[in-house]
Amino acid sequence: MPLLKVDKLTHYFGGLRSVDNFNLELSENELVGLIGPNGAGKSTVFNLVCGLYRPTEGSISFNDNNLIGRYPHQITSLGIGRTFQNIRLWNELSVIDNLRIAHFSQIDYKLLDSLFFTSRMVRDEQKVTEEAMDLLDKFNLVPYVKELPRNLPYGIQRRVEICRALVMNPNLLLLDEPAAGMNQGEIGELINLVRWVKDEFKVTVWIIEHQMRVIMNICERIQVLDFGSIIAEGTPKEIRDNPLVIKAYLGEEVT
Amino acid sequence: MKRFGMPALIGISFLICIVPSWLGWFSNYIQFIITLIGINIILTVSLNLINGYMGEFSVGHAAFMGVGAYTSSLLTVYLLTENPFFGKAILPEELSILIFPISLLIGGVAAALFSLLIAIPSFRTRGDYLAIVTLAVNFIFKSAVENIDAIGGPRGFMGMGKVVKAMDNLVSFPWLIFWTFLVVVFSIFIIRNFVNSTMGKSIVAIRDDEIASELMTVNTRWLKIVAFMLSCGLAGVAGGLHAHTVTFINPSSYFILQSTYILVMVYLGGMGSLSGSVISAIVFTILLELLRPLDVWRWVATPLLLIILMLFRPTGIMGSRELLDVFPKLKKYFSSLQERLTNAFIKS
Repeated sequence: MPLLKVDKLTHYFGGLRSVDNFNLELSENELVGLIGPNGAGKSTVFNLVCGLYRPTEGSISFNDNNLIGRYPHQITSLGIGRTFQNIRLWNELSVIDNLRIAHFSQIDYKLLDSLFFTSRMVRDEQKVTEEAMDLLDKFNLVPYVKELPRNLPYGIQRRVEICRALVMNPNLLLLDEPAAGMNQGEIGELINLVRWVKDEFKVTVWIIEHQMRVIMNICERIQVLDFGSIIAEGTPKEIRDNPLVIKAYLGEEVT
Repeated sequence: MKRFGMPALIGISFLICIVPSWLGWFSNYIQFIITLIGINIILTVSLNLINGYMGEFSVGHAAFMGVGAYTSSLLTVYLLTENPFFGKAILPEELSILIFPISLLIGGVAAALFSLLIAIPSFRTRGDYLAIVTLAVNFIFKSAVENIDAIGGPRGFMGMGKVVKAMDNLVSFPWLIFWTFLVVVFSIFIIRNFVNSTMGKSIVAIRDDEIASELMTVNTRWLKIVAFMLSCGLAGVAGGLHAHTVTFINPSSYFILQSTYILVMVYLGGMGSLSGSVISAIVFTILLELLRPLDVWRWVATPLLLIILMLFRPTGIMGSRELLDVFPKLKKYFSSLQERLTNAFIKS
């Protein structure tokens, strides 16, 4: 049974067709890439899966749950973690608070507990802090616990964001251009990090990336999107040699 | 380290505010000012939850205050006193001590329910929408009350003085200051707990980046409505206290001028700073009183002071910091649960 099944997904921005008949099946513990030129609709696909946009047609199911028509917070609570193209950490809140708040769907206490400081709330807060610290420890982020994200180096911010996306114990991790704006050294670290995350947390990783070094190195399977529709699908090697992909990226060969 | 800071602070302010009033050391005027300060603290702290922590812009706090004021004073006057509006009293005066806090609570609930009506459509979108709607709420409230002749319409409503006097006759005690004090402590207590819990702190995350919050499993719509209701409910309770303090209310008491005052106090104190709100409510109320001799020129002097403040300190007195961030040495007496937990785990 596939973990995520996207079927005939189509989406219009007004009259513009941004995603056209997109199909995908992700199984457990896979690492799949989604590439394509700028404006091909990659991030739109992610936003459709997360429920930020409502598809015009098609179905999305995750772990046998239909995702269409649900609110984004319900969808991500089912176990989908996600990072953003331009890092979207909460910059007014410390790193530890960033992780704690991502626990929102997991806190058991009710509103009144938080208002009246009940023992249930204290116990739960303790649990949340403990889990957050454990996770930060795994990512070697403990020295930055009290820092505001905006004061941290770019690479660290990326790491915090991936760490935050793992808080809801996801089965599926969506990484939207994690290597954007990184130098070669940082990209090398990122490649190792993504591989480690996939094995350590037993997640399926679905990654959008422009850096071919990342994609070709880590993905088991790649889909290429152009003008909203899939133009190629296969292993990194197949994609590299696919004339359609070369055409989409580089234009037609002059004869 | 024991956190005796909060109880000590509450005890000291209790001694300063209530005991002298009880013993009759404070004149009625000073007692009135103390009550007013307390009411303004409740209003400022509660509005700060929306405008400061949540980053929405509500300009209709006075209307919610007015709903609470009218609800609770209608209740007490209807039940406890003989008056031109409803005729004979229904319950004996002796029950006033009990009925008064209950009516405050009902006023708060009424304001919260009213705010729910506003919140459901307003929070579908982000941005200026809430500001426009709450601006309209000021007018809705005023016009609505003005057109209900049974409660005085534009002429206003009175009779709360008798209720307060009845309480005083029964047991000589500064009841109004006492209840105001309790509500102030209660408001600060719950709002501080709320914004220091994972659940409540999520409203700061919403201010920072709503889409990221939604995708990090935060139920933003529910949380925004809950925070708004909480804030407006407290404003309703403050309104009830205000109505019984001034003993005469009319629809214009809870119009845009009052809303503006509350806004000014929030921005004066600093967005997202509870201690800032408390300080600014105290400072602003006292300032307004000190400027009373200027008469009409007060409305020139006060804005001028605000302009000067905004020029030299645009973030307000405290900015988004708390008093504790300014005096970190005090932290061990006051630190919040989350801070303590974090520190405990860092050490281990």
